[in-house]
Amino acid sequence: MADSKPRVKVPKSAKAGEVITIKTLISHKMESGQRKDKAGQIIPRSIINKFTCEFEGAKVFECDIDPAISANPFFEFTAKVEKAGTFKFTWVDDDGSTYTDEKKIEVN
Amino acid sequence: MNFTRRKALGLTAGAAALALNGFKMTSAFANAEDTEKRIMEFSGSKKPEAGKITLTAPEIAENGNTVPISVSVESAMTGDDLVESVMILAEGNPNPAVATFHFTELSGQASATTRMRLAKTQNVIAVAKMKDGSVFSDIKQVKVTIGGCGG
Amino acid sequence: MKNKLIAAGVAAVMATTAGIVGLSADPVDETLTIDGIPLISRTKAPEGYPFKEVLSGWLFRTDETRALEADSFANPGMLSVEEGEVIWNKVEGKEGKSCASCHNDAKESMKDVAANYPKWDADAKRPINIELQINKCREKNMGAEPYEFDKGGQKPLTAFIKNQSLGTPVALDLSKGDLQKWWEEGKKTYYTRTGQLNLSCASCHEANMGKMIRADHLSQGQVNGFPTYRLKTGLTSVHNRFRGCIRDTRAEFPKAFSDELMALELYVTWRGTGLSVETPAVRQ
Repeated sequence: MADSKPRVKVPKSAKAGEVITIKTLISHKMESGQRKDKAGQIIPRSIINKFTCEFEGAKVFECDIDPAISANPFFEFTAKVEKAGTFKFTWVDDDGSTYTDEKKIEVN
Repeated sequence: MNFTRRKALGLTAGAAALALNGFKMTSAFANAEDTEKRIMEFSGSKKPEAGKITLTAPEIAENGNTVPISVSVESAMTGDDLVESVMILAEGNPNPAVATFHFTELSGQASATTRMRLAKTQNVIAVAKMKDGSVFSDIKQVKVTIGGCGG
Repeated sequence: MKNKLIAAGVAAVMATTAGIVGLSADPVDETLTIDGIPLISRTKAPEGYPFKEVLSGWLFRTDETRALEADSFANPGMLSVEEGEVIWNKVEGKEGKSCASCHNDAKESMKDVAANYPKWDADAKRPINIELQINKCREKNMGAEPYEFDKGGQKPLTAFIKNQSLGTPVALDLSKGDLQKWWEEGKKTYYTRTGQLNLSCASCHEANMGKMIRADHLSQGQVNGFPTYRLKTGLTSVHNRFRGCIRDTRAEFPKAFSDELMALELYVTWRGTGLSVETPAVRQ
Protein backbone atom coordinates (compact mmCIF):
# COMPACT_ATOMS: atom_id res chain seq x y z
CA MET A 1 0.00 0.00 0.00
CA ALA A 2 3.00 2.26 0.12
CA ASP A 3 2.38 2.81 -3.60
CA SER A 4 -1.10 4.23 -3.06
CA LYS A 5 -1.18 7.19 -5.37
CA PRO A 6 -4.08 9.60 -4.92
CA ARG A 7 -5.97 11.45 -7.65
CA VAL A 8 -7.52 14.79 -6.81
CA LYS A 9 -9.68 17.07 -8.97
CA VAL A 10 -9.87 20.73 -7.95
CA PRO A 11 -10.79 23.56 -10.31
CA LYS A 12 -7.83 25.80 -11.15
CA SER A 13 -9.68 28.95 -10.13
CA ALA A 14 -12.91 30.20 -8.56
CA LYS A 15 -14.71 33.43 -7.75
CA ALA A 16 -14.40 34.63 -4.15
CA GLY A 17 -17.21 33.00 -2.17
CA GLU A 18 -17.89 30.33 -4.79
CA VAL A 19 -18.62 26.79 -3.64
CA ILE A 20 -16.54 24.36 -5.69
CA THR A 21 -16.72 20.58 -6.05
CA ILE A 22 -13.70 18.47 -5.18
CA LYS A 23 -13.28 14.82 -6.18
CA THR A 24 -10.72 12.43 -4.73
CA LEU A 25 -9.81 8.85 -5.55
CA ILE A 26 -7.02 6.70 -4.17
CA SER A 27 -6.02 3.12 -5.02
CA HIS A 28 -6.37 0.85 -2.01
CA LYS A 29 -7.65 -2.70 -1.60
CA MET A 30 -9.64 -1.77 1.52
CA GLU A 31 -9.41 -5.29 2.95
CA SER A 32 -12.53 -5.39 5.10
CA GLY A 33 -11.54 -8.09 7.55
CA GLN A 34 -14.60 -10.13 6.51
CA ARG A 35 -12.98 -12.23 3.78
CA LYS A 36 -11.40 -15.63 4.34
CA ASP A 37 -8.36 -17.00 2.53
CA LYS A 38 -8.12 -20.43 0.84
CA ALA A 39 -7.22 -22.04 4.19
CA GLY A 40 -10.36 -20.61 5.78
CA GLN A 41 -8.49 -18.03 7.85
CA ILE A 42 -9.80 -14.47 8.13
CA ILE A 43 -7.73 -12.03 6.07
CA PRO A 44 -7.01 -9.23 8.56
CA ARG A 45 -8.56 -5.80 8.08
CA SER A 46 -6.36 -3.27 6.32
CA ILE A 47 -8.07 -0.11 5.19
CA ILE A 48 -7.70 3.63 4.88
CA ASN A 49 -9.56 4.78 7.98
CA LYS A 50 -9.52 8.56 7.64
CA PHE A 51 -9.57 11.20 4.93
CA THR A 52 -9.08 14.92 5.57
CA CYS A 53 -9.21 17.96 3.35
CA GLU A 54 -7.73 21.21 4.67
CA PHE A 55 -7.37 24.66 3.16
CA GLU A 56 -4.44 26.73 4.37
CA GLY A 57 -4.42 24.71 7.58
CA ALA A 58 -8.16 24.92 8.26
CA LYS A 59 -10.35 21.83 8.05
CA VAL A 60 -12.79 21.76 5.14
CA PHE A 61 -14.07 18.19 5.18
CA GLU A 62 -13.21 14.99 6.95
CA CYS A 63 -14.39 11.41 6.75
CA ASP A 64 -14.05 8.60 9.31
CA ILE A 65 -13.93 5.54 7.12
CA ASP A 66 -15.15 2.04 7.99
CA PRO A 67 -14.53 -1.22 6.06
CA ALA A 68 -17.85 -0.89 4.22
CA ILE A 69 -16.34 1.77 1.97
CA SER A 70 -15.49 0.18 -1.39
CA ALA A 71 -11.99 -0.54 -2.67
CA ASN A 72 -10.28 2.48 -4.23
CA PRO A 73 -12.10 4.94 -1.97
CA PHE A 74 -13.82 7.80 -3.75
CA PHE A 75 -15.05 11.01 -2.13
CA GLU A 76 -16.77 13.97 -3.69
CA PHE A 77 -17.54 17.00 -1.52
CA THR A 78 -17.62 20.81 -1.65
CA ALA A 79 -15.48 23.68 -0.44
CA LYS A 80 -16.22 27.40 -0.14
CA VAL A 81 -13.34 29.38 -1.62
CA GLU A 82 -12.80 32.87 -0.15
CA LYS A 83 -9.16 33.43 -1.14
CA ALA A 84 -6.37 31.87 -3.17
CA GLY A 85 -4.38 29.14 -1.49
CA THR A 86 -3.50 25.45 -1.25
CA PHE A 87 -5.76 22.51 -0.47
CA LYS A 88 -4.06 19.65 1.37
CA PHE A 89 -5.47 16.12 1.26
CA THR A 90 -4.47 13.39 3.70
CA TRP A 91 -5.37 9.70 3.81
CA VAL A 92 -4.47 7.62 6.88
CA ASP A 93 -3.86 3.88 6.53
CA ASP A 94 -4.52 1.29 9.28
CA ASP A 95 -0.81 0.46 9.08
CA GLY A 96 0.10 4.00 10.06
CA SER A 97 1.17 5.27 6.63
CA THR A 98 -0.23 8.54 5.39
CA TYR A 99 -0.68 9.56 1.78
CA THR A 100 -0.97 13.20 0.86
CA ASP A 101 -1.62 15.45 -2.11
CA GLU A 102 -1.87 19.20 -2.59
CA LYS A 103 -3.68 21.39 -5.08
CA LYS A 104 -3.49 25.17 -5.49
CA ILE A 105 -6.45 27.33 -6.39
CA GLU A 106 -6.57 30.92 -7.62
CA VAL A 107 -9.35 33.40 -6.98
CA ASN A 108 -10.60 35.76 -9.69
CA MET B 1 -35.17 -32.30 18.07
CA ASN B 2 -37.45 -32.99 15.11
CA PHE B 3 -39.66 -30.03 15.93
CA THR B 4 -36.69 -27.61 16.12
CA ARG B 5 -35.23 -28.78 12.83
CA ARG B 6 -38.59 -28.65 11.09
CA LYS B 7 -39.18 -25.12 12.35
CA ALA B 8 -35.67 -24.01 11.36
CA LEU B 9 -36.06 -25.44 7.86
CA GLY B 10 -39.43 -23.78 7.48
CA LEU B 11 -38.01 -20.41 8.47
CA THR B 12 -35.05 -20.82 6.08
CA ALA B 13 -37.28 -21.75 3.12
CA GLY B 14 -39.63 -18.90 3.91
CA ALA B 15 -36.81 -16.44 4.43
CA ALA B 16 -35.15 -17.53 1.20
CA ALA B 17 -38.41 -16.98 -0.69
CA LEU B 18 -38.83 -13.54 0.90
CA ALA B 19 -35.23 -12.51 0.18
CA LEU B 20 -35.60 -13.43 -3.49
CA ASN B 21 -38.75 -11.36 -3.72
CA GLY B 22 -36.87 -8.43 -2.24
CA PHE B 23 -39.22 -7.86 0.68
CA LYS B 24 -37.96 -5.61 3.47
CA MET B 25 -36.48 -7.76 6.16
CA THR B 26 -35.17 -5.05 8.43
CA SER B 27 -36.74 -6.41 11.58
CA ALA B 28 -35.19 -9.83 10.96
CA PHE B 29 -31.64 -8.51 10.73
CA ALA B 30 -29.72 -9.03 13.94
CA ASN B 31 -28.02 -5.73 13.22
CA ALA B 32 -31.18 -3.62 13.49
CA GLU B 33 -30.50 -3.39 17.23
CA ASP B 34 -26.84 -2.50 16.78
CA THR B 35 -27.85 0.12 14.22
CA GLU B 36 -30.38 1.66 16.64
CA LYS B 37 -27.70 1.81 19.33
CA ARG B 38 -25.22 3.57 17.07
CA ILE B 39 -27.82 6.12 16.00
CA MET B 40 -28.64 6.93 19.64
CA GLU B 41 -24.97 7.26 20.53
CA PHE B 42 -24.39 9.58 17.59
CA SER B 43 -27.49 11.70 18.24
CA GLY B 44 -27.03 12.03 21.99
CA SER B 45 -30.05 9.80 22.59
CA LYS B 46 -32.30 11.98 20.42
CA LYS B 47 -34.66 10.25 18.03
CA PRO B 48 -33.90 11.63 14.54
CA GLU B 49 -36.63 13.55 12.73
CA ALA B 50 -37.44 13.21 9.06
CA GLY B 51 -36.54 16.10 6.76
CA LYS B 52 -33.57 18.27 5.78
CA ILE B 53 -31.34 15.33 4.84
CA THR B 54 -31.60 13.42 1.58
CA LEU B 55 -29.86 10.11 1.01
CA THR B 56 -29.50 9.10 -2.64
CA ALA B 57 -28.83 5.44 -3.43
CA PRO B 58 -29.70 3.22 -6.39
CA GLU B 59 -32.87 1.15 -6.13
CA ILE B 60 -30.96 -1.84 -7.47
CA ALA B 61 -27.21 -2.16 -7.00
CA GLU B 62 -25.53 -3.66 -10.04
CA ASN B 63 -23.02 -5.20 -7.67
CA GLY B 64 -22.95 -5.07 -3.88
CA ASN B 65 -19.22 -4.39 -3.83
CA THR B 66 -19.44 -0.92 -5.31
CA VAL B 67 -22.64 1.00 -4.64
CA PRO B 68 -22.60 4.80 -5.17
CA ILE B 69 -24.38 6.86 -2.50
CA SER B 70 -24.79 10.60 -1.81
CA VAL B 71 -26.01 12.67 1.09
CA SER B 72 -27.14 16.25 1.10
CA VAL B 73 -28.42 18.33 4.03
CA GLU B 74 -30.29 21.62 3.64
CA SER B 75 -28.23 24.15 5.54
CA ALA B 76 -26.68 27.58 5.00
CA MET B 77 -23.51 26.24 6.61
CA THR B 78 -22.82 29.53 8.37
CA GLY B 79 -23.09 30.66 11.98
CA ASP B 80 -25.53 28.49 13.91
CA ASP B 81 -27.10 26.90 10.83
CA LEU B 82 -24.40 24.28 10.47
CA VAL B 83 -24.27 20.54 9.87
CA GLU B 84 -21.59 19.00 12.06
CA SER B 85 -21.61 15.38 10.94
CA VAL B 86 -23.48 12.87 8.85
CA MET B 87 -23.23 9.18 9.73
CA ILE B 88 -23.99 6.44 7.24
CA LEU B 89 -25.12 3.00 8.41
CA ALA B 90 -25.92 -0.24 6.58
CA GLU B 91 -28.50 -2.08 8.64
CA GLY B 92 -27.87 -5.51 7.12
CA ASN B 93 -24.08 -5.55 6.88
CA PRO B 94 -22.04 -7.67 9.31
CA ASN B 95 -20.92 -4.33 10.75
CA PRO B 96 -23.43 -1.49 10.21
CA ALA B 97 -20.77 1.28 10.26
CA VAL B 98 -19.99 2.73 6.82
CA ALA B 99 -18.57 6.23 7.23
CA THR B 100 -19.03 9.50 9.09
CA PHE B 101 -18.66 12.78 7.24
CA HIS B 102 -17.59 15.88 9.20
CA PHE B 103 -18.36 19.30 7.76
CA THR B 104 -17.26 22.84 8.62
CA GLU B 105 -18.22 26.34 7.45
CA LEU B 106 -15.49 25.94 4.81
CA SER B 107 -17.45 23.04 3.30
CA GLY B 108 -19.87 25.56 1.80
CA GLN B 109 -22.49 22.84 1.52
CA ALA B 110 -23.19 19.73 3.57
CA SER B 111 -23.03 17.17 0.80
CA ALA B 112 -20.82 14.20 0.01
CA THR B 113 -20.67 11.26 -2.38
CA THR B 114 -18.86 7.96 -1.99
CA ARG B 115 -19.06 4.27 -2.91
CA MET B 116 -19.89 1.56 -0.41
CA ARG B 117 -20.21 -2.17 0.03
CA LEU B 118 -23.54 -3.85 0.72
CA ALA B 119 -23.60 -7.49 1.77
CA LYS B 120 -27.24 -8.00 0.78
CA THR B 121 -30.52 -6.21 0.14
CA GLN B 122 -31.03 -3.84 3.10
CA ASN B 123 -31.70 -0.33 4.30
CA VAL B 124 -29.02 2.32 4.20
CA ILE B 125 -29.51 5.06 6.80
CA ALA B 126 -28.03 8.55 6.91
CA VAL B 127 -28.19 10.58 10.13
CA ALA B 128 -27.31 14.29 10.30
CA LYS B 129 -26.32 16.02 13.51
CA MET B 130 -26.67 19.83 13.50
CA LYS B 131 -24.74 22.38 15.55
CA ASP B 132 -27.90 23.23 17.49
CA GLY B 133 -28.27 19.61 18.53
CA SER B 134 -31.15 18.70 16.21
CA VAL B 135 -30.89 15.38 14.42
CA PHE B 136 -32.40 14.29 11.09
CA SER B 137 -32.31 11.05 9.15
CA ASP B 138 -33.20 9.51 5.81
CA ILE B 139 -33.47 5.86 4.86
CA LYS B 140 -33.34 4.08 1.51
CA GLN B 141 -33.66 0.41 0.65
CA VAL B 142 -31.10 -0.89 -1.83
CA LYS B 143 -31.68 -4.22 -3.56
CA VAL B 144 -28.47 -6.18 -3.93
CA THR B 145 -28.72 -8.75 -6.66
CA ILE B 146 -27.01 -11.99 -7.54
CA GLY B 147 -25.62 -11.89 -11.05
CA GLY B 148 -25.68 -14.42 -13.85
CA CYS B 149 -23.51 -17.41 -13.20
CA GLY B 150 -23.42 -17.34 -9.42
CA GLY B 151 -22.54 -13.70 -8.88
CA MET C 1 -45.15 -30.39 7.74
CA LYS C 2 -41.43 -30.12 6.92
CA ASN C 3 -42.04 -31.31 3.36
CA LYS C 4 -44.86 -28.84 2.85
CA LEU C 5 -42.68 -25.94 3.99
CA ILE C 6 -39.76 -26.97 1.79
CA ALA C 7 -42.10 -27.41 -1.17
CA ALA C 8 -43.51 -23.93 -0.58
CA GLY C 9 -40.00 -22.49 -0.41
CA VAL C 10 -38.88 -24.28 -3.55
CA ALA C 11 -42.04 -23.26 -5.38
CA ALA C 12 -41.42 -19.64 -4.42
CA VAL C 13 -37.80 -19.87 -5.62
CA MET C 14 -38.86 -21.45 -8.89
CA ALA C 15 -41.63 -18.95 -9.49
CA THR C 16 -39.24 -16.07 -8.90
CA THR C 17 -36.50 -17.59 -11.06
CA ALA C 18 -38.92 -18.36 -13.87
CA GLY C 19 -40.09 -14.77 -13.75
CA ILE C 20 -36.53 -13.49 -13.88
CA VAL C 21 -35.39 -15.75 -16.73
CA GLY C 22 -38.34 -14.74 -18.88
CA LEU C 23 -37.66 -11.02 -18.45
CA SER C 24 -36.05 -9.06 -21.20
CA ALA C 25 -34.83 -5.49 -21.19
CA ASP C 26 -33.58 -3.25 -23.93
CA PRO C 27 -30.05 -1.88 -23.88
CA VAL C 28 -30.19 1.90 -23.37
CA ASP C 29 -30.23 4.29 -26.25
CA GLU C 30 -27.44 6.61 -25.16
CA THR C 31 -24.08 7.82 -26.34
CA LEU C 32 -21.00 7.15 -24.26
CA THR C 33 -18.89 10.28 -24.03
CA ILE C 34 -15.61 10.32 -22.15
CA ASP C 35 -13.82 13.66 -21.70
CA GLY C 36 -15.96 15.13 -24.45
CA ILE C 37 -15.06 12.39 -26.93
CA PRO C 38 -18.08 10.38 -28.13
CA LEU C 39 -17.35 6.67 -28.32
CA ILE C 40 -18.95 4.20 -30.70
CA SER C 41 -20.99 1.83 -28.57
CA ARG C 42 -23.34 0.58 -31.27
CA THR C 43 -22.55 0.04 -34.92
CA LYS C 44 -23.53 -1.96 -38.02
CA ALA C 45 -22.31 -5.53 -37.78
CA PRO C 46 -19.55 -7.04 -39.94
CA GLU C 47 -20.36 -9.51 -42.73
CA GLY C 48 -21.50 -12.91 -41.50
CA TYR C 49 -22.47 -11.60 -38.07
CA PRO C 50 -25.46 -13.08 -36.21
CA PHE C 51 -26.96 -9.72 -35.20
CA LYS C 52 -27.66 -6.62 -37.31
CA GLU C 53 -25.96 -4.40 -34.73
CA VAL C 54 -22.84 -4.71 -32.64
CA LEU C 55 -23.53 -3.45 -29.11
CA SER C 56 -21.11 -2.52 -26.35
CA GLY C 57 -21.66 -4.02 -22.91
CA TRP C 58 -21.85 -0.44 -21.63
CA LEU C 59 -25.39 -0.17 -22.99
CA PHE C 60 -26.61 -3.01 -20.76
CA ARG C 61 -25.50 -1.65 -17.40
CA THR C 62 -27.37 0.44 -14.80
CA ASP C 63 -27.32 4.25 -14.82
CA GLU C 64 -24.74 4.39 -12.04
CA THR C 65 -22.35 1.94 -13.71
CA ARG C 66 -22.59 3.75 -17.06
CA ALA C 67 -21.93 7.08 -15.34
CA LEU C 68 -18.86 5.67 -13.64
CA GLU C 69 -17.27 4.72 -16.97
CA ALA C 70 -18.12 8.08 -18.51
CA ASP C 71 -16.27 9.91 -15.71
CA SER C 72 -12.60 9.38 -16.50
CA PHE C 73 -11.67 10.86 -13.13
CA ALA C 74 -13.87 8.64 -10.97
CA ASN C 75 -13.41 5.46 -13.06
CA PRO C 76 -11.39 3.22 -10.69
CA GLY C 77 -9.85 1.47 -13.74
CA MET C 78 -7.97 4.70 -14.45
CA LEU C 79 -5.95 4.16 -11.28
CA SER C 80 -4.52 1.06 -12.98
CA VAL C 81 -3.88 3.06 -16.15
CA GLU C 82 -1.85 5.51 -14.05
CA GLU C 83 -0.01 2.60 -12.48
CA GLY C 84 0.68 1.36 -16.02
CA GLU C 85 2.20 4.70 -16.94
CA VAL C 86 4.63 4.44 -14.03
CA ILE C 87 5.62 0.95 -15.20
CA TRP C 88 6.02 2.22 -18.78
CA ASN C 89 8.71 4.58 -17.56
CA LYS C 90 10.41 2.16 -15.19
CA VAL C 91 13.76 0.62 -16.18
CA GLU C 92 13.76 -3.16 -15.84
CA GLY C 93 15.93 -6.03 -17.05
CA LYS C 94 19.52 -6.66 -18.08
CA GLU C 95 19.48 -4.12 -20.94
CA GLY C 96 18.74 -1.24 -18.56
CA LYS C 97 15.73 -0.12 -20.57
CA SER C 98 12.16 0.87 -19.90
CA CYS C 99 9.29 0.72 -22.42
CA ALA C 100 9.84 4.46 -22.87
CA SER C 101 13.47 3.93 -23.88
CA CYS C 102 12.29 2.60 -27.27
CA HIS C 103 8.68 3.75 -27.46
CA ASN C 104 9.05 7.20 -25.94
CA ASP C 105 5.71 8.88 -25.21
CA ALA C 106 3.00 6.20 -25.28
CA LYS C 107 0.39 8.82 -26.16
CA GLU C 108 2.04 8.99 -29.58
CA SER C 109 3.71 5.62 -30.10
CA MET C 110 0.82 3.53 -28.77
CA LYS C 111 -1.99 5.63 -30.22
CA ASP C 112 -4.56 3.36 -31.92
CA VAL C 113 -2.21 0.36 -31.65
CA ALA C 114 -4.38 -1.83 -29.41
CA ALA C 115 -7.43 -1.43 -31.66
CA ASN C 116 -5.75 -3.74 -34.16
CA TYR C 117 -4.79 -6.51 -31.76
CA PRO C 118 -4.70 -9.55 -31.69
CA LYS C 119 -2.21 -9.65 -34.56
CA TRP C 120 -0.24 -12.43 -36.22
CA ASP C 121 3.08 -13.28 -34.54
CA ALA C 122 5.25 -14.74 -37.32
CA ASP C 123 7.94 -15.82 -34.84
CA ALA C 124 5.65 -17.88 -32.63
CA LYS C 125 3.30 -18.74 -35.53
CA ARG C 126 0.21 -17.88 -33.51
CA PRO C 127 -1.93 -14.84 -32.67
CA ILE C 128 -0.43 -12.35 -30.25
CA ASN C 129 -2.35 -10.02 -27.92
CA ILE C 130 -1.13 -7.00 -25.96
CA GLU C 131 -0.21 -9.05 -22.87
CA LEU C 132 1.97 -11.40 -24.89
CA GLN C 133 3.42 -8.52 -26.92
CA ILE C 134 4.53 -6.92 -23.67
CA ASN C 135 6.17 -10.16 -22.58
CA LYS C 136 7.85 -10.59 -25.96
CA CYS C 137 9.31 -7.08 -25.75
CA ARG C 138 10.42 -7.62 -22.16
CA GLU C 139 12.27 -10.82 -23.02
CA LYS C 140 13.80 -9.85 -26.37
CA ASN C 141 14.47 -6.15 -25.95
CA MET C 142 14.69 -5.47 -22.23
CA GLY C 143 16.24 -8.70 -20.99
CA ALA C 144 13.50 -8.74 -18.37
CA GLU C 145 11.38 -11.61 -17.06
CA PRO C 146 8.04 -12.03 -18.84
CA TYR C 147 5.02 -11.38 -16.61
CA GLU C 148 3.10 -14.39 -15.33
CA PHE C 149 -0.60 -14.40 -16.15
CA ASP C 150 -2.40 -11.56 -14.33
CA LYS C 151 0.70 -10.94 -12.20
CA GLY C 152 3.18 -8.11 -11.81
CA GLY C 153 2.63 -5.24 -14.18
CA GLN C 154 0.69 -7.23 -16.78
CA LYS C 155 -2.79 -5.85 -16.08
CA PRO C 156 -1.95 -2.18 -15.39
CA LEU C 157 0.49 -1.98 -18.30
CA THR C 158 -1.98 -3.63 -20.69
CA ALA C 159 -4.68 -1.24 -19.49
CA PHE C 160 -2.35 1.75 -20.00
CA ILE C 161 -1.43 0.71 -23.55
CA LYS C 162 -5.01 -0.09 -24.56
CA ASN C 163 -6.22 3.18 -23.03
CA GLN C 164 -4.10 4.98 -25.65
CA SER C 165 -6.59 3.61 -28.18
CA LEU C 166 -9.64 4.93 -26.30
CA GLY C 167 -12.33 5.75 -28.85
CA THR C 168 -10.62 4.07 -31.81
CA PRO C 169 -12.80 1.47 -33.54
CA VAL C 170 -11.68 -2.15 -33.25
CA ALA C 171 -10.43 -3.43 -36.62
CA LEU C 172 -8.54 -6.68 -37.16
CA ASP C 173 -6.55 -7.71 -40.25
CA LEU C 174 -7.42 -11.40 -40.59
CA SER C 175 -5.45 -11.73 -43.83
CA LYS C 176 -2.11 -11.92 -42.01
CA GLY C 177 -0.47 -15.31 -41.49
CA ASP C 178 -2.86 -18.06 -40.45
CA LEU C 179 -5.20 -15.73 -38.58
CA GLN C 180 -8.17 -16.86 -40.67
CA LYS C 181 -7.64 -20.46 -39.52
CA TRP C 182 -7.38 -19.37 -35.87
CA TRP C 183 -10.54 -17.30 -36.35
CA GLU C 184 -12.35 -20.49 -37.48
CA GLU C 185 -11.06 -22.32 -34.38
CA GLY C 186 -12.22 -19.49 -32.14
CA LYS C 187 -15.63 -19.50 -33.78
CA LYS C 188 -15.93 -23.24 -33.18
CA THR C 189 -15.10 -22.77 -29.48
CA TYR C 190 -17.65 -19.95 -29.24
CA TYR C 191 -20.48 -22.18 -30.39
CA THR C 192 -19.44 -25.41 -28.61
CA ARG C 193 -21.36 -26.27 -25.46
CA THR C 194 -19.26 -27.31 -22.46
CA GLY C 195 -19.53 -28.25 -18.85
CA GLN C 196 -22.16 -29.74 -16.60
CA LEU C 197 -24.42 -26.84 -17.50
CA ASN C 198 -23.85 -27.55 -21.20
CA LEU C 199 -23.52 -23.92 -22.21
CA SER C 200 -21.55 -22.26 -24.98
CA CYS C 201 -20.63 -18.58 -25.20
CA ALA C 202 -23.46 -18.27 -27.71
CA SER C 203 -26.00 -19.77 -25.29
CA CYS C 204 -25.92 -16.56 -23.25
CA HIS C 205 -24.36 -13.90 -25.44
CA GLU C 206 -26.18 -14.70 -28.66
CA ALA C 207 -29.26 -16.84 -28.07
CA ASN C 208 -30.27 -14.93 -24.92
CA MET C 209 -28.63 -11.56 -25.42
CA GLY C 210 -30.81 -8.88 -23.87
CA LYS C 211 -32.50 -11.25 -21.45
CA MET C 212 -31.87 -11.36 -17.71
CA ILE C 213 -29.93 -14.19 -16.17
CA ARG C 214 -30.92 -13.82 -12.54
CA ALA C 215 -30.27 -10.11 -12.08
CA ASP C 216 -27.62 -9.75 -14.81
CA HIS C 217 -28.57 -8.10 -18.06
CA LEU C 218 -26.94 -10.30 -20.73
CA SER C 219 -24.79 -8.38 -23.20
CA GLN C 220 -23.16 -9.56 -26.45
CA GLY C 221 -20.04 -10.47 -24.45
CA GLN C 222 -17.72 -8.05 -26.22
CA VAL C 223 -14.10 -7.52 -25.21
CA ASN C 224 -13.52 -3.96 -26.46
CA GLY C 225 -13.25 -2.67 -22.89
CA PHE C 226 -10.73 -5.10 -21.41
CA PRO C 227 -8.91 -5.01 -19.06
CA THR C 228 -12.19 -4.04 -17.45
CA TYR C 229 -12.87 -2.68 -13.98
CA ARG C 230 -15.43 -5.11 -12.63
CA LEU C 231 -17.40 -3.71 -9.68
CA LYS C 232 -17.19 -7.20 -8.25
CA THR C 233 -13.49 -7.94 -8.53
CA GLY C 234 -11.57 -4.86 -9.72
CA LEU C 235 -9.44 -4.77 -12.87
CA THR C 236 -9.99 -7.98 -14.84
CA SER C 237 -8.20 -9.32 -17.93
CA VAL C 238 -9.84 -10.98 -20.96
CA HIS C 239 -8.37 -14.40 -20.32
CA ASN C 240 -9.37 -14.24 -16.68
CA ARG C 241 -12.95 -13.55 -17.80
CA PHE C 242 -12.90 -16.34 -20.42
CA ARG C 243 -11.67 -18.79 -17.79
CA GLY C 244 -14.26 -17.56 -15.29
CA CYS C 245 -17.14 -17.94 -17.74
CA ILE C 246 -16.05 -21.44 -18.78
CA ARG C 247 -15.54 -22.39 -15.14
CA ASP C 248 -19.08 -21.20 -14.44
CA THR C 249 -20.46 -23.70 -16.97
CA ARG C 250 -18.81 -26.19 -14.63
CA ALA C 251 -16.26 -27.23 -17.21
CA GLU C 252 -12.50 -27.52 -16.89
CA PHE C 253 -11.15 -24.23 -18.11
CA PRO C 254 -8.18 -23.78 -20.48
CA LYS C 255 -4.90 -22.13 -19.46
CA ALA C 256 -4.54 -18.41 -20.06
CA PHE C 257 -2.87 -17.68 -23.42
CA SER C 258 -3.42 -21.32 -24.52
CA ASP C 259 -4.13 -21.96 -28.21
CA GLU C 260 -7.82 -22.36 -27.43
CA LEU C 261 -8.13 -19.04 -25.61
CA MET C 262 -5.95 -17.13 -28.07
CA ALA C 263 -8.21 -18.34 -30.89
CA LEU C 264 -11.25 -17.37 -28.84
CA GLU C 265 -9.86 -13.91 -28.09
CA LEU C 266 -9.22 -13.38 -31.81
CA TYR C 267 -12.76 -14.42 -32.73
CA VAL C 268 -14.51 -12.52 -29.93
CA THR C 269 -12.50 -9.37 -30.69
CA TRP C 270 -13.66 -9.69 -34.32
CA ARG C 271 -17.25 -9.85 -33.08
CA GLY C 272 -16.72 -6.34 -31.72
CA THR C 273 -15.48 -4.87 -35.01
CA GLY C 274 -16.40 -1.21 -35.21
CA LEU C 275 -16.88 -0.67 -31.47
CA SER C 276 -14.60 1.88 -29.84
CA VAL C 277 -11.89 0.62 -27.53
CA GLU C 278 -13.26 1.46 -24.05
CA THR C 279 -10.37 0.30 -21.86
CA PRO C 280 -10.73 0.51 -18.94
CA ALA C 281 -14.48 -0.20 -19.19
CA VAL C 282 -16.63 -0.44 -16.04
CA ARG C 283 -18.86 -3.47 -15.76
CA GLN C 284 -20.48 -5.56 -13.09
